[in-house]
Amino acid sequence: MTTKYIKTINHAKFGLSWIFILLCLIISGCEQSAWNNPYPEQDSSKRIYYDSFSERPKHLDPVSSYSANEYVFLGQIYEPPLQYHFLKRPYELIPLTATELPKPVYYDSEGKVISDEVDPEEIDHVKYTISIKSNILYQPHPAFAKDSSEQYLYHELSPKDLENIHTLSDFETVGTREMNANDYVYQIKRMAHPKIHSPIAGLMGKYIVGLNELAKELHELDSSKINYIDLNQYELPGVKVIDDTSFEITLKQKYPQFLYWLSMSFFSPMPWEADYFYSQEGMKDKNITLDWYPVGTGPFMLTENNPNLRMVLEQNPNFRGETYPEEGAEGDEALGLLEDTGKTMPFIDMAIYSLEKESIPSWNKFLQGYYDTSGIVSDSFDQAVQFNAQGDAQLTDEMKEKGIRLITAITTSTYYMGFNMADDVVGGDSERARLLRRAISIVVDYEEYISIFSNGRGKPAQGPIPPGIFGAIEGEEGINPYIYEWKNDKPVRRDIEEAKELLIEAGYPNGREQTSGKPLVLHLDTPAAGPGAKATFDWMRKQFSKLGINLVIRSTDYNRFQEKIRKGTAQIYQWGWNADYPDPENFLFLLYGPNGKIEHSGENASNYKNIEFDKLFNEMKSMNNSSERQEVINQMIEIARKDAPWLWGYHPVGFSLHHDWYHNAKPNLMANNKLKYRRVEPTLRADKRVEWNPPVWWPIALLLLLLTVVLLPAIISYRRKETESIL
Amino acid sequence: MPVIFITDAFIFLLLFMVLGFAFYASKHEHLSSPWKDVARRPIAISAAIILSVYVLIGLLDSLHFHPKLEDNKSSETIYSTEILSVLDIVLNDLRTNTERTYSSPLASYAFAKEMIDQPDGKQIRDYPRLKYGGAHLDDPESQASDDITKRIVFGFMVGILISVLMFTLIVSIISKKSKSTFKSTLNKCIQNDLEIPWYAMFITTSIIIITISCIYNLAQHYHVFGTDKVGQDVLYQSLKSVRTGLVIGTLTTLVMLPFAIMMGLMAGYFRGWIDDVIQYLYTTLNSIPGVLLIAASILLLQVYISNNEADFTSLEERADLRLLFLCIILGITSWTGLCRLLRAEALKLREVDYVQAAQAFGVGNLSIMLRYLLPNVMHIVMISIVLDFSGLVLAEAVLSYVGVGVDPSMYSWGNMINSARLEIARDPVVWWSLAAAFIFMFILVLAANLFSDAVRDAFDPRLRGEV
Amino acid sequence: MMSYILRRIAYAIPILIGVNVITFVLFFVVNTPDDMARMQLGAKHVSEAAIEKWKEERGYDKPILWNSEVGSTDKITDTIFFQNSVKLFLFDFGRSDSGRDISYDISKRMWPSLSITVPSLILGLMAYITFGLILAFFRGSYIDVSGVILCVAMMSISGLFYIIGGQFLIGKVLHLVPISGYDTGLNAIKFTILPVIIGLVGGVGASTRWYRTIFLEEMGKDYVRTAKAKGLSETIVLYRHVLMNGLIPILTGVVVILPSLFIGSLVVESFFAIPGLGSYTIDAINSQDFAIVRSMVFLGSVLYIIGLILTDISYTLVDPRVRLN
Repeated sequence: MTTKYIKTINHAKFGLSWIFILLCLIISGCEQSAWNNPYPEQDSSKRIYYDSFSERPKHLDPVSSYSANEYVFLGQIYEPPLQYHFLKRPYELIPLTATELPKPVYYDSEGKVISDEVDPEEIDHVKYTISIKSNILYQPHPAFAKDSSEQYLYHELSPKDLENIHTLSDFETVGTREMNANDYVYQIKRMAHPKIHSPIAGLMGKYIVGLNELAKELHELDSSKINYIDLNQYELPGVKVIDDTSFEITLKQKYPQFLYWLSMSFFSPMPWEADYFYSQEGMKDKNITLDWYPVGTGPFMLTENNPNLRMVLEQNPNFRGETYPEEGAEGDEALGLLEDTGKTMPFIDMAIYSLEKESIPSWNKFLQGYYDTSGIVSDSFDQAVQFNAQGDAQLTDEMKEKGIRLITAITTSTYYMGFNMADDVVGGDSERARLLRRAISIVVDYEEYISIFSNGRGKPAQGPIPPGIFGAIEGEEGINPYIYEWKNDKPVRRDIEEAKELLIEAGYPNGREQTSGKPLVLHLDTPAAGPGAKATFDWMRKQFSKLGINLVIRSTDYNRFQEKIRKGTAQIYQWGWNADYPDPENFLFLLYGPNGKIEHSGENASNYKNIEFDKLFNEMKSMNNSSERQEVINQMIEIARKDAPWLWGYHPVGFSLHHDWYHNAKPNLMANNKLKYRRVEPTLRADKRVEWNPPVWWPIALLLLLLTVVLLPAIISYRRKETESIL
Repeated sequence: MPVIFITDAFIFLLLFMVLGFAFYASKHEHLSSPWKDVARRPIAISAAIILSVYVLIGLLDSLHFHPKLEDNKSSETIYSTEILSVLDIVLNDLRTNTERTYSSPLASYAFAKEMIDQPDGKQIRDYPRLKYGGAHLDDPESQASDDITKRIVFGFMVGILISVLMFTLIVSIISKKSKSTFKSTLNKCIQNDLEIPWYAMFITTSIIIITISCIYNLAQHYHVFGTDKVGQDVLYQSLKSVRTGLVIGTLTTLVMLPFAIMMGLMAGYFRGWIDDVIQYLYTTLNSIPGVLLIAASILLLQVYISNNEADFTSLEERADLRLLFLCIILGITSWTGLCRLLRAEALKLREVDYVQAAQAFGVGNLSIMLRYLLPNVMHIVMISIVLDFSGLVLAEAVLSYVGVGVDPSMYSWGNMINSARLEIARDPVVWWSLAAAFIFMFILVLAANLFSDAVRDAFDPRLRGEV
Repeated sequence: MMSYILRRIAYAIPILIGVNVITFVLFFVVNTPDDMARMQLGAKHVSEAAIEKWKEERGYDKPILWNSEVGSTDKITDTIFFQNSVKLFLFDFGRSDSGRDISYDISKRMWPSLSITVPSLILGLMAYITFGLILAFFRGSYIDVSGVILCVAMMSISGLFYIIGGQFLIGKVLHLVPISGYDTGLNAIKFTILPVIIGLVGGVGASTRWYRTIFLEEMGKDYVRTAKAKGLSETIVLYRHVLMNGLIPILTGVVVILPSLFIGSLVVESFFAIPGLGSYTIDAINSQDFAIVRSMVFLGSVLYIIGLILTDISYTLVDPRVRLN
């Protein structure tokens, strides 16, 4: 009888010990490893790079992808003609698949070559001739596979052939071919493809001769019936193949920034075989598309695309090999960035990117050694970084002990708060509104914002152009005199009293309408939501209340926010801009009148319009970097500062950490193809992981013990009772 | 100038309904006896006292107004656009004494080192003094712990004193009423021999009074629960969150109650096609996953607000509307359970003799439902209101995590947890926001659970475990 | 029996239509097709023409519920609603707004969800029944009282605290299992341990208390008294009669949630980065992918109705007195 009862109790323990046994079973095989290792044990000794991503890439087709989280993958797979030098600063373009940097040749309306010194008006068109290296092979891919009679194996697939195909790797045979100039031309034509929505089609249409016309011609085809458009059959006058290794692009006007575009994946080669292969009937239904399985010539190829779990890049066996750069910027040698000089890249065999949506787990996994590198979220900042007496960022002792290293870089982006110039209260060209804007600009203390919300990882902006990009000036001359003063060798925000005075001048003494005495109420539109948003809202309201202004924050989702901006119903809004390329034009165009959001649906979200500014912008746009250009930019910035259509906000400083075993970690904000430079030491990593993650068992043992202690007296008393009752 | 939010109006409507019901029930023995049964249980009465403290805080926080603006030149009074509640006035110091950023509970120094300008113009990196926390001390390092102990002891003494006074007063009132001596009443009280467990009530009340007194003493010069990222007092936030929790817990049931009762009774009473339609309605609603319905509705509301921006002049109004909307949506997803129970009950009741008799006499359907069915299902309604409460308070936190909870600008425990869950990754850990939300929420939900157990047992022991 | 099931299935159709209409209306009032296009096409440089094209490809350029421009029957059929929802009844979920085949994604993401929910359910039942039985067995003793108090206390803690605390303690401090993530095949086991344990701990309060009352009720019944009077020992009565009879309400209660195990848990999955259907749904809400949301709502409703039918059937199986009609 009692034995049966004991069974029940055992049953209770079973629930807990089951887990216990399970744990032991899993782990018994691998004593030499950490128990919390999220990767298979046998991978520990391999040259694998581990990183995380938080947002799934939407597009992997180079002609439609336009976001940094997609470039993380695309940059390693596709190779445009140019790239940024990995080490040199300021950023410098160098050839990637091109043999040299293409030089623009200017022609006048009669077709004569003219020098670039002349007035841009006289230039009729510009030609770039791009010659590319030979012997560049594509990654192994079924689209290139041929049978013995040189026929493409997988180009005429019937539904029956596709029956057992679910992923690209289900195709047994793969092939390759040499990349040629036509692949580049084919890709540029794809910008006009009616079924692909290339985000830069509109922009490029303004410059590349004949692109808009091609788009119109292709759009007239009945798109519902046509799966594949053989773009080789169509002419694009502005882009022509010269021979297998060179092609020519003709632009309608002078556009020095065009070379930067040539380093972006929009301009990577696309083999027509791949396009044809993916366009076959039934492929799309199997989720086998170019948007999902890229085909490139780069050092890596995407072998697992599972954005809900992980993305895996593996070395492309057909990669031609490229050598690590021989010269770097000042100080790179001391940092060990030139150790691999001349060696053949890439240095890693595989890169695994795991999905991490929550910042805490990903940070902890970094500390446990399961990610090679990590950014620092605000909440883990104090654990990682402290500032010394001079105010310089340093790692904490805990990090130093682990051999973690810190890298900082001012990003080429700007986070600003804009006034809608079409608004009645804060907008417009009236002196009253201008003074109000300037008063607010003084009072919103971005120094404090940076210190509270970004742990000091930011630089208050003095204008639209971030430091490090041509046109930005450091030091006393660079400050915004309307908001800052130069004191003790540093810019100091003007006093609140000055702002209050400006407010009186503007007709709002103490934040109240002079005539009616009613408090001034302003509205801030922001797409911010989520855990941190409330704190920033509170802070923002606190800033405005310094002037007695009541700030109402209208937070909505990003869609709604964009709609408000588009319609111009926002009053004050928060936004940011990430540079496409390191040129001041890419920032100043955000204030260019004809880019106004409401009228032209451009990127000028403030709808700022100043005739003088616009005139100077047109002048500046086509100038080469020179002191004259700097002079023009200075004038433009002065106009903008005076009008204050933005609170200039700040430029974030990127902090990233990496482990001891991770090398060549120099940040490069422009380059997307950085993975090939990276190197890891797997043995060191494996040792550290075991050292850092000793399993701790005693609390669980203690818990079980405690449970027994609690239950024991009851069991004993019960047994006694049971025996008694029987007797 | 008073401002009445929609939820305020509902809260006071609810309050009057409860008071009215209490008055009505006290006149009717069959209604009041189960409540007396509840009151006889020591745990239930203690839980009720704790709940009533929360309710008091919530009510104070539901009286909103625009404060007057001073130094005003024009003759007519001008009101600030800011909206405050009576609770804000009570807690004015807590509300306005904000630090720059994090500080730990009862701290006198900030949580993180900062650059401090020395009088001689040099800068050092150290923990700066807080603006308010421990500001009355010259040298907090040596004095703070003494000062805190002193304040706690003082608060404790005052608390004890008030409790003893109150106890004496209550005992003397009882003794006068029952016309016995003070001493014998006291004895009875201690031996727990009275009808109502005054003893348990006294202990609970004293604990509350002592806690409040200690916190009050400390809060004058310290941040008892520390401050958050923007330096706001966490105790203040937790107290402000009480109203949100209560509103979600009570209004949700209240708004859907008329529908649930009407539909449930009609389905059971009329049967036939009406029953079919109503069953169809609630099966359909029930089979939509709740979170999706809530997410879609919250998005819907945002669209409405952004299309009618002019109607919402203040942040508070927007937040309030969202809160109400959330209550309605939660109500829609949760009324079906009650409706089904009522339908089953009504099916049974319609066959009962007196209902049959009433029908035979030609009494109208509506009055049969109101007069004969409704009073007989009230206990089910009561139990379900009380039981749903704690679940709804907990649901609010989860919804905030998913991003479809109350407005992010609103004080709520869900928002507190949501923003604080990242803070435990800090080192040293910032635990106090999470802890404060945990404690306040835990006490409320625990009290509600204990109370609802007692209510369920008192009203219908058969329903145990089924609802 | 068969005819009953068929009738129930027929009855489900209007319900599913209703579900479809509700989700459809809700999401289209919120999101115009323009919004959806913008969301999918990305933030920078989106032209109006691109949006028009996007809508046309997915059929979102049609009127929502009523097309007055075309012929008689087409008035209803040539609309977004009709084109998109009729196929659902054939379980053809179509393509998501981002262009993926939804059925394929669901079939892939179902397994991670199941790998969390099924062990949670089985282990949970085992643990909770045992606990409930122990408490009922020791009714009135210190174990029962403290157990019930512990249960109520644990019920009163928000589930978020269990997740946050569990991740912090087991994953970070004790280094026993990976903090979050997932893997394919058997490697997945180590990732499921923590969510399952947290799921168990989170549910222990409410379930144990409920099971305890069920067992207590069973103990109070006449046959138990008779059995005891016959001189059977309490252990045998408890084990053979009370447990077996108490299992009936417990198991029929479980049957109703069986189908919903496929859907997984929204919160747990997104906290632990598990690529199941729960996180699939959350992602779809966040990216406003209407096609996925609609499919998931439909799937959820179907599973709910299946659960109801299964419950009815299970009643007849355990209790022959119940007839289906």
